[in-house]
Order: sequence, then structure tokens, then C-alpha cells
Amino acid sequence: MNFGKFAISALSLALAVSLSGCGKKESTGEAVVKIGSVAPLTGPQTHIGKDNENGARLAVDEINARGLELGGRKVTLELFGEDDQAEPKTATIVAQKLVDAGVVAVIGHLNSGTTIPASKIYHDAGIPQISPSATAVAYTAQGYHTAWRVMANDAQQGRALGQFAAGKMGAKRIAIIDDRTAYGQGLANEFEKAATAAGGEIVAHEFTNDRATDFTAILTSIKGKTPDLVFFGGMDPQGGPMARQLKRLGLTARLLGGDGLQNANFVKLAGVDAEGVVASSPGLPIDSMPGGPDFRKRYEAKYGAIQLYAPYAYDAVNVLVAAMTRADSADPAKVLAALPKTDLQGVSGPIKFDAKGDTTGGAITLYEVKDGAWRVLETVK
Amino acid sequence: MDIFLQQLVNGLVLGSIYALVALGYTMVYGILELINFAHGEVTMIGAMVALTVIGALLGAAPDLPGVLVVLAGILVAIPACMALAFTIEKIAYRPLRKAPRLAPLITAIGVSIILQNLAMLIWGRQYVSFPAILPTRKYEFLGANISLLQIAIVVLALAVMAGLWLLVEKTRLGRAMRATAQSREVAELMGVNVDWVISATFIIGAAIAAIAGVMVSAYYGLAHYYMGFMLGLKAFSAAVLGGIGNIAGAMLGGLLLGVIEALGAGYIGDLTGGFLGSHYQDVFAFFVLIGVLVFRPSGLLGERVATRA
Repeated sequence: MNFGKFAISALSLALAVSLSGCGKKESTGEAVVKIGSVAPLTGPQTHIGKDNENGARLAVDEINARGLELGGRKVTLELFGEDDQAEPKTATIVAQKLVDAGVVAVIGHLNSGTTIPASKIYHDAGIPQISPSATAVAYTAQGYHTAWRVMANDAQQGRALGQFAAGKMGAKRIAIIDDRTAYGQGLANEFEKAATAAGGEIVAHEFTNDRATDFTAILTSIKGKTPDLVFFGGMDPQGGPMARQLKRLGLTARLLGGDGLQNANFVKLAGVDAEGVVASSPGLPIDSMPGGPDFRKRYEAKYGAIQLYAPYAYDAVNVLVAAMTRADSADPAKVLAALPKTDLQGVSGPIKFDAKGDTTGGAITLYEVKDGAWRVLETVK
Repeated sequence: MDIFLQQLVNGLVLGSIYALVALGYTMVYGILELINFAHGEVTMIGAMVALTVIGALLGAAPDLPGVLVVLAGILVAIPACMALAFTIEKIAYRPLRKAPRLAPLITAIGVSIILQNLAMLIWGRQYVSFPAILPTRKYEFLGANISLLQIAIVVLALAVMAGLWLLVEKTRLGRAMRATAQSREVAELMGVNVDWVISATFIIGAAIAAIAGVMVSAYYGLAHYYMGFMLGLKAFSAAVLGGIGNIAGAMLGGLLLGVIEALGAGYIGDLTGGFLGSHYQDVFAFFVLIGVLVFRPSGLLGERVATRA
């Protein structure tokens, strides 16, 4: 019994020593700093996940080529790409794996559903996590000093959409449908607040779920309330058929949605009924970004076409390295202390953080479907 | 009034699709007392096969009229589903026919999971969209919008039900099916080839499911490897509501469940002053189901069967 206890404590001591040894080489020569990057690299979101990793890798390669010095020593960054399969369960496993491998920071994850469960592990390990693309409000609302993001969150997006609906689109009577997921509900609630504040009247708030395909009943009920705009908080597999059923039931109201609808699949599912649908997406279209065209050239020379969030992953690495430089150390605690003072001109725009770790300058871009493709309407800050 | 009529139309279209799928559950249950949980997946496979054929046809000859292309899709999906159901019965259920009733039930759930994953491997996780090739004309009737597709779905569903009724009541095969349902042993003694009758039951149910699958995907404009699960569950409930094992009951139960769902989702929010929202649509439907079963445990048209050991 006593021996068992002793063995365990000896083992854990040895483990702790060996772990703390990782990532921080105390020799005076060149040091290697490990950074994790997590995104789905298999499954349906593979292309978007690989895009994130490539964005981060481009930043790392450029910084290494320029040369980085911390605490008077030359430092080489090493990027560890991990696959979370867009599964919350896998996300926590790879997060632990990265922590055990001694990374000093993590760029990721891609989805809100994976970023949030993983954030606890990074928080417990005390290493900074910067997500390029998770937009759920809950991520930075947990009170973790380790959780940061470089993209506007759903609350900011919902607000922009609400103001746009009641303002530019001139909607007076607004109906809302949400899919009861964390994303859809959060977006719809923020939208409702902002639209009401901007002078719109909410005539109905109906609900569905993220597996449904039949919305005729709620749309018919909404039709009876004669709205001139229907807002949907949810994803394209529901939004597509919803757009079709809206037209089929003879509603004249326009359909408005968030980034869950703003993709090519929505247009495919809704067919001709997608025409005139408006949806938003956090961030700027790549060519409107301050450093966009130049970034595109450098990225495409190495990895081919940009899919979606690569500029944000690129910016996330630069935000991290800028904090390291200010702290003059790769020690996670010191980097975390330096992160709030971030003021960086990124590819996607200026990046500053508020007290929670959200960006303050996140832009939202509105798109409309015209001739079967999304066209930029305008960008709001 | 126009809103009520519209909800009624919505419900009838949805209900006739439920009814078609429910027929497959009820026919198999009537003969084997087996709840064939894989039936929803057979419907899904029907939709997927039809969509593949439609996509290929459109790629080869984009000028073909849409109705013909969809018809070709249905005509390929029907034999595909028939073959699938025949194979499932032969491999997964027949060896277990003498086993305790729980065994084939578990097998059915297993088959359903296998089919889902198989479909995911073949067609991917993405939602597959149904090309917009069918005429989208719609008619105004007392303020309600009724599309040509909706009329076609209801009419086709009613025709299939009438055809099935004729088959069961008026043909030799139908008589053999009814005899097998009453008593498998006696039917066998009377010279009925019971194995063949059971296969035929599965095959007929699958053919109807294939039609329902194409209807669902055409109506909602998409298909997905997971779509069979909820559809199957609803159709099974419809079969229970009407009295499982009873063919007319499945038709009635399906139509009724569709209408209850539509009216429930449409009015529950307003009637309760926003206390219960439209997300209680399914809860409402199942609440009615439980209510009916409390007072009529064997369903609306189900006969009170003497308990067997």
C-alpha cells in the first residue's frame, strides 16, 4: 500500500518533470517553440479544416524565415496540426494530446462545438487558445483567461443583422424562426433584440430543430401574420428547404439568415428560390481585407485556392507571436499576460481584444443571392 | 379560414407520405409480428437511388422533361428497394423466425444502422439536393396555395393505397397474405408457400417505400442518409395510431398524424399564448398518440386480439 502510493507519486513526479522539459530547452542554442493547430482534417469539413491549418502554417513559415528572437535566443516555431474531426469528443482528446506534447499555445479549433469543450483543457493547462473561426458567444463567456478569438462572435453578428433588417432592408413586421441549437438560438435572440431596438416589430417567433425538413406548418402560421421579413437562425440543410417552402406557400417576405446559410450548399438546396435571400458572414470578403490580395497571392503560391478562414488562422498566429515578442518569452503565462495589449494590423483588419477575449473591431459582411451565387451587399462594423 | 385550409393541405400531403411508409410497417407486423425498424432506411435508400438516377440522366440528357426523369428515377428505385428488402428478410430475419421475438427486433435495429452507414459511405454525409426539374405551378384555392406537386403526391398516394387494397382483398396473393397473417401454421397446411408470402410482403412494402422516398425528397428538395430515421419513427407511430397490423388503419393513422402535426405546429403557439411554442409540434403529435392508445390500446381500427402466449 505504502509502496504503491510511493510508486505513483514518484511516477507522477517523473512525468511532471519530463513534461515541463518539453518545449522549453534550457540550452543556450536555438530553441524550438511548439504551437498546436486543431481543425477537422477528415470528414465533410476537411477542406475548411485544412485551410485553417495552411493559414497558420503560412504564418509560421514566414515568421521562421524572418527569424524570431525571444529572451536573447533564436527561436524556431514548430506547428503541430491535429484533427478533431469536428467532433466534441475527439476535440478534447487531441487537446489533451497537444497539452501533453508541450505546446505553448493552440490555434483553433474550427467549430464552436469543438472549441468550447477543448477550451477547458487548455484553461486547466494554462496555455492560450486563439480560435480563428469559432463564433459561439459561450466560448469567451466562460471566464477563461486562456480563450481568445480573432473573428466577430454570434452576438455581434446578430446585432448587425437586426440593425440591417430594420434599417437598410426597411422591414417593419419581422418573423423569427430558430433551430433551438446554441448557434441558432443565440443568433436569433441577438437579432430579435437589435431589430426591436431599431424599430422593427416581431410578429412571430417560431421554432424548429436541426433535423427538420418540414416547415410548412410554421411558415403557414407566420404567413397569417403578414411579415415582410423572415429571419432564420440555423444552418443551410434547414434553410434550403425553408426558402423553397416559403415561396411555395406564397409568402412575399424575404428570407434573412446568418453565416449558417451563407454558403454554396444553401444555394444548391434552395435552387431558384434562393434568389434574393440575404445572409451575413463574419469577417470581410478576402479581396476587401486590407492585406487580402497580397495574402491571397502568397497563400495560393503554396496551397492553392483559399477556402474560408485561412486569413483568420494566419492572423491568429501573428497575434500570438506578437504577444510572445512583447513578453520576450514563449512561457504561456507571460504570453497570456501580454495578449490583452494586442493591437495588430492583421490581414483581416485591425485586431484588438476586449476584456473577454473577443475582437472589438470584427466586421460583418452581408451577402445576397443573385443569379445563383452569393454577391457582396455591404460590410458593417 | 385560409390559414386553416392551408394547414390542412400541408398536413394531408405530409400525412399521405407517412401513410405510405406506415403501410410497410403494418403489413410486416400483420404477418410476422415483427417491427421492421429498417423500413425507414429502405425509404431513404429509395430516395437516394432515385436521386442518383435523376442526376445521371440530367447529366446525359439535360433536355429531357423533368417529369419523365423523375419517373425514371422512381422506376429504378422501386426494384432496387424490392431487392434490398428481399435480401434483408432472407439474411437478417428468416434465420431468426423461430427465435424469441426480441431477437429479430434487435436485428432490425442493427440492419437499420448498417443501412444508414452504408448510405453514408456511398452518398456521403452531405445533404443531396433534388434538382428543380418538376413543374412548380401552384393554384389558389380559397386563399390557400396548393402546388401541382402536392396534388400529385396526394393523388399518387391514394392510388397506391387503392392498388394495395385491391391486391390484398381481391387477388390470390392477397388471400394468401391474409391467411398467413391469421395463422402461419394453418396457412402452411393449406398449401400456402409461407416463405414466399412473407418475402412478397416485404417486397411490396419496399416498393411503396421507394415511392414515398422519392415523394419526400421531391417535396422537400433534399435527401440525406439520416432522413429515414425520423420518417420511419413517425410512420411507425402512424401505424400504431391506426392499429398496427391493419392496412386501412395505417392509411388513416398516417393522414391523421400529418394533419395533427400541421395543425399542432400551426396553432399551439397562438392557442397557449406563447407558453408552448411550435417546437412542441412532435410532442403534441405523440401526446395525441398516447391519448388514443390509453382509450383504444390496439389503435383506432385495430381489432382486440386475444392474448397469445
